[in-house]
Amino acid sequence: MTTETIRSSVAARRTTGVSWARVRPVLIHVALAAAALVMLYPLIWMVVSSLRPGNEIFREPGILVKDLHIDNYRLGWNALAEPFTRYLLNSAAVVLGAIIGNLVSCSMAAYAFARLDFNGKKFWFAIMLVSIMLPIHVVIVPQYILFSQAGWINTFLPLVVPKLLATDAFFVFLMVQFIRGIPRELDEAARIDGCGRAGIFLRVILPLMTPALATTAIFTFIWTWNDFFSQLIYLTDPKMYTVPVALRSFVDATSSTNWGSMFAMSVVSLVPVFLAFLLGQRFLIKGIATTGIK
Amino acid sequence: MSALGELGSLRRKKVAGQQPNRSGWTGKVKKKDNLSAYLFLTPWLLGLFLITIGPMLASLYLSFTDYNLIQAPKWIGLENFTRMLSDERLHNSLRVTFTYVFVSVPLQLAIALLLAVVLDRGVRGMAFYRSVFYLPSLLGSSVAIAVLWRQVFGTEGLFNQLLGLVGVDGKGWISDPSTALGTLVVLNVWTFGSPMVIFLAGLRQIPTMYYEAASVDGAGVLRRFFSITLPLLTPIIFFNLVLQIIHAFQSFTQAFVVSGGSGGPSDSTMFFTLYLYDRGFGNFDMGYASAMAWFLLVIIGVFTAANFFASKYWVFYDD
Repeated sequence: MTTETIRSSVAARRTTGVSWARVRPVLIHVALAAAALVMLYPLIWMVVSSLRPGNEIFREPGILVKDLHIDNYRLGWNALAEPFTRYLLNSAAVVLGAIIGNLVSCSMAAYAFARLDFNGKKFWFAIMLVSIMLPIHVVIVPQYILFSQAGWINTFLPLVVPKLLATDAFFVFLMVQFIRGIPRELDEAARIDGCGRAGIFLRVILPLMTPALATTAIFTFIWTWNDFFSQLIYLTDPKMYTVPVALRSFVDATSSTNWGSMFAMSVVSLVPVFLAFLLGQRFLIKGIATTGIK
Repeated sequence: MSALGELGSLRRKKVAGQQPNRSGWTGKVKKKDNLSAYLFLTPWLLGLFLITIGPMLASLYLSFTDYNLIQAPKWIGLENFTRMLSDERLHNSLRVTFTYVFVSVPLQLAIALLLAVVLDRGVRGMAFYRSVFYLPSLLGSSVAIAVLWRQVFGTEGLFNQLLGLVGVDGKGWISDPSTALGTLVVLNVWTFGSPMVIFLAGLRQIPTMYYEAASVDGAGVLRRFFSITLPLLTPIIFFNLVLQIIHAFQSFTQAFVVSGGSGGPSDSTMFFTLYLYDRGFGNFDMGYASAMAWFLLVIIGVFTAANFFASKYWVFYDD
């Protein structure tokens, strides 16, 4: 082997090394972008299709918008017994009640678990953790009986009152995790200044745990907005339908010719979740990262 | 720390017999706050007893009765449970649910792990990709997405239109009993974003010096993944596995909406929860539905316990 060939092969290796280092990130980006497109394509296509004349849904797999056709929205909005505004307002009422309930009750329980020392603390804490994983189905039948005997069917009470009683133990845990990170010296300082337990909770802990409260509010918003099973069971009067229940009755009531307006109302129902995601994703990602629950 | 880790550490502390003698008040003589603590816990305790434990016991009682909401419950002993033994539709719903859980959860977690590892290597625009991959897991449980799925995998749906572009003739994926469940598996896999974010958080915890040391010793990408990343991530994998299995066993909305509430075609998407809903709220056979609910709880409990047991052999705790 001559020196010449050795030199050229070394040079060749060096150039391939350099180009691989340059090509690799590009390849990763191409792969990630392709994966992202596959993930989002159905969503984008649904939005675009909702802006097309009804039957084009079955012919046009592309996502280019030619002209905006808002008839689907006009028709879909009034396709059911009540205008869609009604369902949006019903959902908003349930969501608002659920958020307030979770914020108040879960923060109180979390403060006790994170900061106070009491008999049976470990026992209750373990029960709280286990209850996060309890399937709703084992309690739904008696709950239904209980709430129907209370005359609460077709009211929002069965959807809101449990939240006021901190049954979403997931958020208790999330807040406990957060409060543990707040320095105890602050409690101590407030105590020296004459604060009682309630004062420390209201004046020290609550203001400092706003990120955890925001995470709770956003998750509660999205989960309650999407929740279907309990709303399906407790709301049977079309006047009381929330968005998911209304949407489902839309699917059952319309023949397949009306996909355009069904898509339009589906898009309407996803917009609030999407906005919550855009505004709150910092809190959402932090929330699942610290508690490890979706 | 995660909820499961927390439970584990409670148990470990008990084994070691050490009670951390921490008081709520730093450096002061230990004084219990029983009164104020239980006052703060009042809403939660009320909820626990009225909304959770009470109804659980009630449903345990109802599972031994015949109850249609109108007449008083009639005690029938174990009849509901013996009926479950011979109920063909129930057996079918178990098969459907198990197939769904044990196909979709491993697939979902594998994809979540793969993308988390790729994103963790400091890809530019990582936050953007993370958001894009996370979004479907927020939307996935909604009725709107189920409506979309119904169209996408219908006979003239988007999927077949795209197949048509490359010259493949599709079929009605949702109307064919052999593929209907598959479309729901795809939907669950599509929501891999939330376990991915949990994996990402776990990957952050692995000290970079391990990788540096391995590189110095000449370990390649794959070797570093299998010898460092994977072992150190096993607690998080375990945690995701337990949660996603519990979650998948309870899936309801997607199968309900995609099949138009029927669990069809020919019961091929009849999840256990759908059948439970059909018995309880379709036929007001509340005793049987309660027995089914307890059976579901036992199944989930057994799988969770089995997971915990098996975890001793493959989960690596670094503490």
